[in-house]
Amino acid sequence: MTDSLEKEKLFDEKGLRLDGRRVDELRPLKLEIGTLSRADGSAYIEHGRNKILAAVYGPRELHPRHRAIADRALLRVTYRMGTFSVGERKRPAPSRREHEISMVIRQALEPMLFLEMYPRAAIDVFIQVVEADGGSRCASTTVASIALANAGIPMRSIVTGVAVGKADGQLVVDLSDLEDKIGDADVPVAMAYGRNEYTLLQMDGKLSKEELAKALEMVEGAIETIYEKQQQVLREGFIQIREEISESEEPSSDEGDVPDTEIDETDMESADGD
Amino acid sequence: MDIISEIERERMNELLQAGKRIDGRGFDDLRPIKIVPNIVSKAEGSAEAWLGETRVITGMKVSIGQPFPDTPNEGVVVTSAELSPIGSPSFELGPPGEQAIELARVVDRGIRHSNFIQRTKLCIAEGTHVYLLFLDIYILADHGNLIDASHLSAVATLMTSQLPKVEVDEEGNATILEEFMPLEMEAPPIALTFAKINDSIVVDPISTEELVMSTRLSITIDGDDTICSMQKSGSGTLTRQEILDCVERACQIVKKARSVLPKR
Amino acid sequence: MTTLVKPQDLVVPGQLLAKGDYRCGDGTYKEQQEIFASVVGIAKVKGNLIFVVALQGRYNPKPRDIVIGTIIEITMNGWLVDINSAYPAMLTVMHALSRRDASRANDDLQRWYDVGDTVIAEIVAADRTRDPLLTTRGRGLGKCRGGVLIEITPTRVPRLIGRKGSMISMLKSELNCEIVVGQNGIIWLKGDPDHVVIAIEAIRQIEREAHTSGLTDRVREVIIMKLSDKRR
Repeated sequence: MTDSLEKEKLFDEKGLRLDGRRVDELRPLKLEIGTLSRADGSAYIEHGRNKILAAVYGPRELHPRHRAIADRALLRVTYRMGTFSVGERKRPAPSRREHEISMVIRQALEPMLFLEMYPRAAIDVFIQVVEADGGSRCASTTVASIALANAGIPMRSIVTGVAVGKADGQLVVDLSDLEDKIGDADVPVAMAYGRNEYTLLQMDGKLSKEELAKALEMVEGAIETIYEKQQQVLREGFIQIREEISESEEPSSDEGDVPDTEIDETDMESADGD
Repeated sequence: MDIISEIERERMNELLQAGKRIDGRGFDDLRPIKIVPNIVSKAEGSAEAWLGETRVITGMKVSIGQPFPDTPNEGVVVTSAELSPIGSPSFELGPPGEQAIELARVVDRGIRHSNFIQRTKLCIAEGTHVYLLFLDIYILADHGNLIDASHLSAVATLMTSQLPKVEVDEEGNATILEEFMPLEMEAPPIALTFAKINDSIVVDPISTEELVMSTRLSITIDGDDTICSMQKSGSGTLTRQEILDCVERACQIVKKARSVLPKR
Repeated sequence: MTTLVKPQDLVVPGQLLAKGDYRCGDGTYKEQQEIFASVVGIAKVKGNLIFVVALQGRYNPKPRDIVIGTIIEITMNGWLVDINSAYPAMLTVMHALSRRDASRANDDLQRWYDVGDTVIAEIVAADRTRDPLLTTRGRGLGKCRGGVLIEITPTRVPRLIGRKGSMISMLKSELNCEIVVGQNGIIWLKGDPDHVVIAIEAIRQIEREAHTSGLTDRVREVIIMKLSDKRR
């Protein structure tokens, strides 16, 4: 956050941002689940130029055992940046920044997990930034949350992250690297959207009370968009298989009826279903 | 859990006796190789390599530095590997362990001792300015044979990389220019790893084969079909005949592997 | 009382499933009078019970489940068994051997089960405050000899078994193989090698298409086709 005299322009004459976005517009976003073959659950996100992988293991036996908690699982989150994810090569050892981000992401996810269902166990989330852009902690939270859902870890809600801030005098959502670096304020946020609960909130820079109120209103709109995409990607893979099958079976009937997609009675049963 | 069940061990032995492998391959068959170059735009070079389901990414960062005093006209290539927990439930956090260090060193030696990249070509101004190339290898999925997969992704990274041009003025100040140039290079070396399980030796072992192998032999074959590095590991032994057989087989298998590398 | 999902809907965590006086089963939670999904899965309503059949997730030990595990350690009074869940399971001498064998087994436990052995066991107790307890005393329980082991996502096991065992009996009778399905997703097969290969392919198909309709018939058709190819 510099307050230098020679401030760079972050808007063009039409009032659009340097990458052509409106103030409330998100960067391109791509989500994927089940990306990492050795993990119990995993996901991948491309948000702007961020490319981030998340792997979830567990609930599994906790080592060292003395760290076990008697009545709930221990959630461990590790955020790591690849050495080549940034302009200058990042040193391989974890930095203080990576340690802090690991902690805020953990605290963004933790309130939504039913950790009490797995006493003494561990749930591990590893986040690897392959390429970094502005808002990597928010994108990491978004991807980690769907990786947890992909691992089948029970949760109250998915968590969604995005940043809001002020650049060149205007409030903008989903800050780019440059807007983050030379803007006036950066407010990374994560929410359990359907529940109206914030689980991550940080701020660097200067905002008035009124600006903050407006910024949070704007950010919730952006979060809703990402939240929809998260839900969609969690359903997608399975729906796809269903469709493949109903397509290949379609002909056979003379009336040309769409076949009944109801699952037959030899169906999956919940163990305590009765 | 890294304990293999007795049932799987027996089944693998039975198959090997009959000349078959647990995943249906022949003893000299590599898993399918896939290379995706330039996956990270912030890196000067990068590539993802798939060897079957084993998946590795390598990224290269470049900086300008001083050469080592004993090699004033040679650039420096530093290779490191991270076995981050995203790649396997058995990888742990923390500083690189034995396995990661061996992996990086075997890949490094295979490239260093080949004719692939001449280090003198990485010299900008003798004695003062050379290119430092940092090759960092990350394992995304370990389904066996990390050495060959990592080697492939490192080689593919170098093959598709771009070095920034550098200007050194009279006072010896270096300026990195916005222009880029590809690296000069010869045909790339290929690493091939063999696993010895009882009396059978198979190439490109998968994880279950690694759990029961007694010995591993990695052989790097240079672009001119000479051997440029070898590494035996594991607590078993090899006879002279076995070593020579592996080299002979490697020279045949390498032809297939070369054909899938990116074209220059 | 209102239900907000259709049967067989794919739901995601946090999705509102129903309002009112429902009982909430697996994969759901209740806040005030609202019931939400807690996992990704297929929503089901049975009378006033709502539950979600999870599509992913680790195995949760439940008493009376049959599981297949690998011995990973020999302890003072029994064995530690990896059963593919958050907790390793205990198999004590008392639950593994007859009284007569148990009295003389003390110093040589590996004679009965050694590290790396695979056992079919039943869960005796699992209350999450301590490690689950196993028994191998019972019909069909004990050490597996020979055969092949495969692993599937534990949440797909009910589908592989089918209602009243319909799917698994179909596999066994069409292919004439011994197949034991552990609730923890580990499956042991033994029989004619060609048939075992077909059985594994069928199980993979069931795993992939678990949430679709008409599965038993589709799988049977594929098996019959493959068998007739073999005979040709």
